[in-house]
Amino acid sequence: MVIVLDKVNVIFKQKGRKMHAVKEASITVGKGEIFGIVGPSGAGKSTLVRVINLLQPPASGQVMVGGQDITRFKGAALRNVRLKIGMIFQHFNLISGATVYNNIAFALKANNYPKEKIRARVLELLKQVNLSDKAQVYPANLSGGQKQRVAIARALANDPEILLCDEATSALDLENTEEIIRILRRINRDNPITIVFITHEMDVARKLFDRIAVMAEGEIVEVGDTYQIFTEPQHPLTQSLVSRVLNIEVPEHLELKGQEEMLKITYTGERAYEPLISKVSKEFDVLVDILHGKIEYIQGKPLGILLIKLSGEAAEIARARDYISGQVFKIERISAAKEGGELNG
Amino acid sequence: MDSTWDILQLELPSAIWETLIMIGISLAASLVFGLLIGLILYLSSSPLFFPRRTLNAVMGVLVNVIRSVPFVILLVLLIPLTKLIVNTTIGPVAASVPLAFASVAFFARLVEGAFSEVDKGVLEAAIATGAGLGLILRKVLFVEAMPGLIRATTVTVISLIGYSAMAGLVGGGGIGDLAIQYGYYRYETGVMIATVLLLIVIVQGAQFVGDWCARVFTRK
Ligand SMILES: Nc1ncnc2c1ncn2[C@@H]1O[C@H](COP(=O)(O)OP(=O)(O)OP(=O)(O)O)[C@@H](O)[C@H]1O
Ligand SMILES: [Mg+2]
Repeated sequence: MVIVLDKVNVIFKQKGRKMHAVKEASITVGKGEIFGIVGPSGAGKSTLVRVINLLQPPASGQVMVGGQDITRFKGAALRNVRLKIGMIFQHFNLISGATVYNNIAFALKANNYPKEKIRARVLELLKQVNLSDKAQVYPANLSGGQKQRVAIARALANDPEILLCDEATSALDLENTEEIIRILRRINRDNPITIVFITHEMDVARKLFDRIAVMAEGEIVEVGDTYQIFTEPQHPLTQSLVSRVLNIEVPEHLELKGQEEMLKITYTGERAYEPLISKVSKEFDVLVDILHGKIEYIQGKPLGILLIKLSGEAAEIARARDYISGQVFKIERISAAKEGGELNG
Repeated sequence: MDSTWDILQLELPSAIWETLIMIGISLAASLVFGLLIGLILYLSSSPLFFPRRTLNAVMGVLVNVIRSVPFVILLVLLIPLTKLIVNTTIGPVAASVPLAFASVAFFARLVEGAFSEVDKGVLEAAIATGAGLGLILRKVLFVEAMPGLIRATTVTVISLIGYSAMAGLVGGGGIGDLAIQYGYYRYETGVMIATVLLLIVIVQGAQFVGDWCARVFTRK
């Protein structure tokens, strides 16, 4: 289902103080899309997703889900919409006094699912998240990753068309995060469910999202295709978020001499860098040193980063630099870090 | 020693029975009305459900008024009402009326507290599934609050044992009254010690059973 938020505002009033948590936010999430929202703590990300299922009614603006304006929905009508919108949370929010089985059955009961079919459906869901042996276990006896998988099963119980995820991997270790990402990707592939996913982990963003919205202080400051957000970030906040993934370490105690220059090269696509480097050292009278290089995959597409040192005559270095910049996506001059620390591009 | 034993043999069974009646009636009233009032207090104050400021404030004041009147005064104040309800003002059933009032108010506050302790995130997740209020109350709120509700019941039963001794003042009888009548007024120290010991055992037993039940329902 398509989600459209139009000029949504959320204002919290607390003891006379007004807190404008979401300001004029407009987004459109396509059917089957995995849409990410990133931004610093307190930016209003959670508040914004909670508007989608009206856990947080907006002060103004419009919420459209599947072509239907649900902004003023209440009671049974709202509950019916919510049946089609699953949600998972950072802290899982499972019923601690109910078994895994009953936690999932709860969602089915919410939908008046035929009693005699509940059992089969719960077991089917448990199989989907690979927890068939845990049906009668209480959440306290599960690991974080397992709890989140139960939460996913609960969220998927009524075949929702939308899945909202609020920091769903933020309380998990790397391995469990990977597992949850895998499951969500599979769910998204098998039946085109629309996923809205909040995170502050850019690593999750680059692996999972089709598109990303960047939020700061209640406003959406940038929206774009994931690859584009990572390669051509516009807003300063986006740039700083992205740089953390694409940073590269400048070797410690590196000192540039007079006739040397350090360059950080970013190249996209499959093109390898070796031909370029050998060409540069052949055609120009410069010495090329590769200090560091790595390839990150954004949505499966490679993005290469290379740190090189050129030594030679200043004029020759400039010519070589000009040549390289015509061949690669981005080129930056970098001065040696004082303490040999990290350098962000 | 003989007289102590005689008195106990003569008086104790009926005293125990009277105490059971008083506690039974009051506890039943608490579990019905106290639970209901506590639930309404919670629902009307929680932003997740139906925040109703006025309703919450009115009920809160009512509960507080009952709780702030000293029990002995409540006993006397409620005599006309007791007469109206049970058509008598003496005996354990009559004593149960003021006792029930006090314990309903007491229990209601504890119930409200037990509900407020339930993780908001869990309730929110339940609301997000599209479940109706009844289902959320039965399958989430009560389930998650159960250990707290059991502890609240334990505390209420134990204070009822104490209060029921005072109810003896209006002819309610009971174990506490036995202790007061013989031990305090007639200097039968033996009877007093025996009944107080019995009360200690009952209180300990109630606490033990309550703790055990609460533990069974705690899955954390
Ligand atoms: N129920 C509420 N009442 C009052 N203020 C709130 C409420 N919920 C959120 N806020 C405020 O709104 C702002 C946005 O909060 P929100 O939880 O949406 O941020 P977030 O981007 O999700 O942050 P985080 O990454 O820390 O989860 C914060 O300043 C927060 O204090
Ligand atoms: Mg948040």
